[in-house]
Amino acid sequence: MSATGAADSAAIATGDPAAPGAVLPDVPRSGGRLVDEIAFPPRERYAEMVRAYRDAGFELCADLCAVDYLSHPGRALPDGVAAERFEVVVNLVSLSQKRRARIRVQVPEADPSVASVIDVYPGVDAMEREAYDLIGIVFVGHPDLTRILMPEDWEGHPLRKDYGVGRVPVQFKEAPGPR
Amino acid sequence: MEGCVAPVTDDVFVEGTRHAPRVAETSEGAQEMAPRPETDDAELRREVGAVLRMAEGPVVNANDIDIERRDDETMIINMGPQHPSTHGVLRLMLELDGETVLRTKPVIGYLHTGMEKTAEELTYVQGATNVTRMDYLSPLTNELVFSMATEALLDVEVPPRAVWIRMLMSELQRVSSHLMWMATNGMDLGSTSMMIYGFREREMVLTFFEKTTGLRMNHNYIRPGGVAADLPDGWEDDVEVICETVLARSFEYDELLTGQPIFRQRTEGIGNLSAEEALALSATGPILRSTGVPWDLRRTMPYLAYDELDFDIIVGTYGDNFDRYSIRLNEIRESIKMIRQIAARMPPGDYRIQDRKVTPPPRARIDESMEALIHHFKIFTEGFKVPEGEVYVAIESPRGELGCYLVSDGSSKPYRMHIRGPSFVNLQTVPVLLRGGLIADAVAIISSVDPVMGEVDR
Repeated sequence: MSATGAADSAAIATGDPAAPGAVLPDVPRSGGRLVDEIAFPPRERYAEMVRAYRDAGFELCADLCAVDYLSHPGRALPDGVAAERFEVVVNLVSLSQKRRARIRVQVPEADPSVASVIDVYPGVDAMEREAYDLIGIVFVGHPDLTRILMPEDWEGHPLRKDYGVGRVPVQFKEAPGPR
Repeated sequence: MEGCVAPVTDDVFVEGTRHAPRVAETSEGAQEMAPRPETDDAELRREVGAVLRMAEGPVVNANDIDIERRDDETMIINMGPQHPSTHGVLRLMLELDGETVLRTKPVIGYLHTGMEKTAEELTYVQGATNVTRMDYLSPLTNELVFSMATEALLDVEVPPRAVWIRMLMSELQRVSSHLMWMATNGMDLGSTSMMIYGFREREMVLTFFEKTTGLRMNHNYIRPGGVAADLPDGWEDDVEVICETVLARSFEYDELLTGQPIFRQRTEGIGNLSAEEALALSATGPILRSTGVPWDLRRTMPYLAYDELDFDIIVGTYGDNFDRYSIRLNEIRESIKMIRQIAARMPPGDYRIQDRKVTPPPRARIDESMEALIHHFKIFTEGFKVPEGEVYVAIESPRGELGCYLVSDGSSKPYRMHIRGPSFVNLQTVPVLLRGGLIADAVAIISSVDPVMGEVDR
């Protein structure tokens, strides 16, 4: 048990510190609060983008979640990014550079699917299943895209804004019949 | 009973004679006894051989078993969700070959209550009450991350005293959460004394929380804009008593567990994880640090005022159960070190921001001032409006990176609130840790990951 000083672990010492700004330069970016950069790749280049960030030294995928912007009055997006109903948000951390990056992908309502990045970050397994379960984003290439929090036979995706909260009867077990 | 303590016939035994037999009259008749060094070899062999004591390890050599096999000889068993050692309602499907675990699939969702959906129906003022119920072993860190995310969107800065009170409470929370972990981990490994001791010490911290916040758990104490109330009179003494007692007792745990051969055999080399695996699986907190990666958000990406404190990051070497145990035990000591520094340097001033649009006016002002009454009414009926935007805030909870992704549409309720629960993500390491190990160690390994199902299922 030693304290600080073991920073030269092989796992952290990957990547090129200068690279993150140079990863896929033609993708719109913006700054943000408490994050070094936010990238808005088109859906087709999302997996490529995540891989490029990983190769640039972002070793840890901290979080992956989806947002349904159906009833949002309008959000600020950089030029060249067309707002769609869904958004998949990936938060990456670089341990070696102490940086955070966020990737926001627009996902259209008609085809709510993006490529799975499970082969880049195996840790997104549960997070992609959660996003599929609660928002209904299909992650193409995920080996086991099943419901994770809701019951297997549940209908609908509860965190969608058009999910009728009050309309769905509460699923209790049947009352025991007379014996 | 007379037969138990056999009367010794003193007249036969003569002190000092080497081979003098000592005859005891037992219910089985006369038994010849001799001092231990004089027991002959045949007798010793008979005694030792009669005791069947064998370590569990050599009986099944994990290396002899092919963990890649896919034939019909394996067995799938279900563990949980009502299993007492799974720390809540965790269900595991285990594929076994004999006693060796091959593949594991954690099945979760038994405690899912839709808290992220609930958060969209509550104002920012009410939101802290909701998130505090997620990780029920460290509720204050949940409130902290939600409040920090809200404040980041509001673009307000809380006064220094509020920051330091938050830090004090976070570190006390870490002590109480790790004590709880020590207790349950001890119980899972058969040390029931540790369970009692852990709960006993945790109770001291909870008593202080009750004095400060009014509740033992689910405090709703850290709120957007500061904290709900100032520290009670004499808090320095209470905190010092906690520090002194827990620190002294942490060395008793060393005697009870750290140096104990059975405990070490059951933890050392069990549930190994490499740094590469931990990073790939997005594991954070003590699990990542046990593999030797010095990543602690309090140091590496400081929030609150952690950059002004002097403390060490505890890291392990092998990434096994024992490293995770040592990290948590030593983090208790580091937290106590921090709590003492915080208590010594606690700044005076306001404990919440004096912006009447965010924090309610003091009770006394409501009787005198119409404006105060209006502000009070507006905050508790409608809440305050938060500018449109999105933010991801991460803090170091006792279990790892606790993140809050908050999207606002400009109204007084979050448009979307997502909590990145460290337990939820860390649970993915369980199949890796269990693979190739013995089923007898499964409970110890699950315990060492420290999942809190309230946070996993949310």
